[in-house]
Amino acid sequence: MAFWDDHPSKKSKSVFHMKFTEEIKRSIYVALWLMLLTFPIIVIKVNTIDNVIIWRWSNIAGIGLASFLLSFFWQLYLRKKAPEKGVAMEKESFFRRLLENPKIYRPALIIIASCALVFPFIASHYQINVMTTALIYIMLGLGLNIEVGLAGLLDLGYVAFYAVGAYSYALLNYHFGLGFWILLPAGALLAALFGILVGLPVLRLSGDYLAIVTLAFAEILRLVLENWNDFSFGPSGISNIPRPGLFGIPLTPEQSAVYLYFILIALCLLTIFVIYRLQHSRIGRAWVAMREDELACQAMGIDKTKAKLAAFALGATWAGMAGVLFAAKTTFINPASFTFLESAMILAIVVLGGMGSILGVITAALAIILLPEYLRVFSDYRMILFGAALILVMIFRPGGLMAEKRRQYQFHHTDIEDKT
Amino acid sequence: MEYILDVRALSMDFGGLRALENVDLCIRQGEIAALIGPNGAGKTTLFNCLTGIYQPTAGTIILYPPKTKSKQLNGLKINAIAKLGMARTFQNIRLFGGMTVLENVMVGRHCRSGAGLLGAIFRPPTTRNEEKEIVRKSYTILEYMGLAQQVNELARNLPYGAQRRLEIARALATDPLLLLLDEPAAGMNPQETNELDSLISQLQKDFQLSILLIEHDMKLVMNLAQNIFVLDYGKEIARGTPQEVRNHPAVIKAYLGEEEGPDAEIGQC
Repeated sequence: MAFWDDHPSKKSKSVFHMKFTEEIKRSIYVALWLMLLTFPIIVIKVNTIDNVIIWRWSNIAGIGLASFLLSFFWQLYLRKKAPEKGVAMEKESFFRRLLENPKIYRPALIIIASCALVFPFIASHYQINVMTTALIYIMLGLGLNIEVGLAGLLDLGYVAFYAVGAYSYALLNYHFGLGFWILLPAGALLAALFGILVGLPVLRLSGDYLAIVTLAFAEILRLVLENWNDFSFGPSGISNIPRPGLFGIPLTPEQSAVYLYFILIALCLLTIFVIYRLQHSRIGRAWVAMREDELACQAMGIDKTKAKLAAFALGATWAGMAGVLFAAKTTFINPASFTFLESAMILAIVVLGGMGSILGVITAALAIILLPEYLRVFSDYRMILFGAALILVMIFRPGGLMAEKRRQYQFHHTDIEDKT
Repeated sequence: MEYILDVRALSMDFGGLRALENVDLCIRQGEIAALIGPNGAGKTTLFNCLTGIYQPTAGTIILYPPKTKSKQLNGLKINAIAKLGMARTFQNIRLFGGMTVLENVMVGRHCRSGAGLLGAIFRPPTTRNEEKEIVRKSYTILEYMGLAQQVNELARNLPYGAQRRLEIARALATDPLLLLLDEPAAGMNPQETNELDSLISQLQKDFQLSILLIEHDMKLVMNLAQNIFVLDYGKEIARGTPQEVRNHPAVIKAYLGEEEGPDAEIGQC
């Protein structure tokens, strides 16, 4: 649980005697710290025309007062919450129970499904495009979840597989005129091969070392794409990539956006299905065991090499598919779309959502892609809000928004029945 | 009696350090053998060589599975050795903490099952049955080890003694011929040690195992083991029945030092 739970409850008596002194003291510190921190931007204003500095002291007073009050009420809230640890736990399991209760989740699923079906017909072209992007990120997040969440292979170069998918579609289409439906599996396959290719040299590595090597691989690939003009057309990229075809029926851009939206919905469902099945299989258990203890899992007869390569290949498969869809959606790709920031974004989705948790990753992908779009009003502060949200989630829910929950089994004397 | 494991002239170097030197070890089918020695004598190193975690510098390790032909183990990968029927526990417990108790044991069944990627995705009847069988077998083992109440708990939340038992359960799930226990009684109180004592001998009978254990608790070793090997500074200094080893001058010297009187005995402390 969160850090304030460490205060033993017996302490609360003496704290109560002090009334609010502790909170006031802390809030003053917070206010002073924030005043110091924001001083340069809030107080000093340089008038470059007259070459004078304007000192806006009233601003800092406002900042100080506001942060003091906020901090004070926050502390009060924390103190009120601290002794109720049991209640907080209860709430969490109550939410879980909601999710696990068929009476709740079945109608919820139906509502979500019908919303997803109706959405493209009521929303604008722009909204559909945003949603399509979010769906691509769901696929990417779920794919990376195989590597990072299940198998514990910290991959900072996941975007490389995404790029392989996108470029396979663009290049194979450009040179050979192959269509979307042939190149979707082909892109996935090529990405999987690339995954194995990356996986082979890093078999011995794990943790930080693996992260750095995968990061380097992704950067190498991006630089190659940027500089090998004859092959990838360099930074100017490839344009006029066709959108997916529907039995040769010509589609307007709006129609094809709707079409792509449905393709993505279908592929996301496929992804969820496959990953759910994998998670609860012999291979999925082997991955999780490898994540938990590499040596012990080998001593149980798990072939580390095979398990790691399978994780890399499968993770890459989904990135490859997402890449093909991305190329088909934007009809233009260049290496700038496949920077490290993209990898970091996908990793943030997995970590925020909860490693190994399908529902968590979906929620996080939607939140991370949709919120910035709909919060354009605050676009100046987007990165600050993003960072703050990440920190808050990591403090309050270190396991992610919806932490992975292991499958539960129920046993009755002789017959064995499992319950998810 | 037939041998199950035969180790000949095993040496293990770490750079310039010789951790094991010409160690010979043989374990008979169905016996409980013990490996003892002072700290740093090379006992765990020997276990790591046997299970493929280290590749020995010299020597041979041969496993004699009953009814099939013998297999040389050195040079094989850890998982291949596990599949041949060698299972182990670790000195510092290495469970899969984030998995449930049942899943830990189910992972142990990995090398006795075969569902692949396609099987996992399409889940044909064979995979379905295999999965059921894994669950059933794992549950049976947990019941046997007295962990049936905790099947759905995360392994890391178990109390210490239960974690030790779970590690043995997980090793049993691999259907071993030879079970290597690395200090199973470490950190246990006398009562838990007593329970472990009867558990290990019961295990040997019920699963028709051969067991090799490293242990510092002399009472447990003297009670259980039919055969004891004593290592010191990477060399074997004595072997034999508990009685023989107990009175062996080299063993007394290794444990208690040179100065002790002639009637000093191991296992009295």
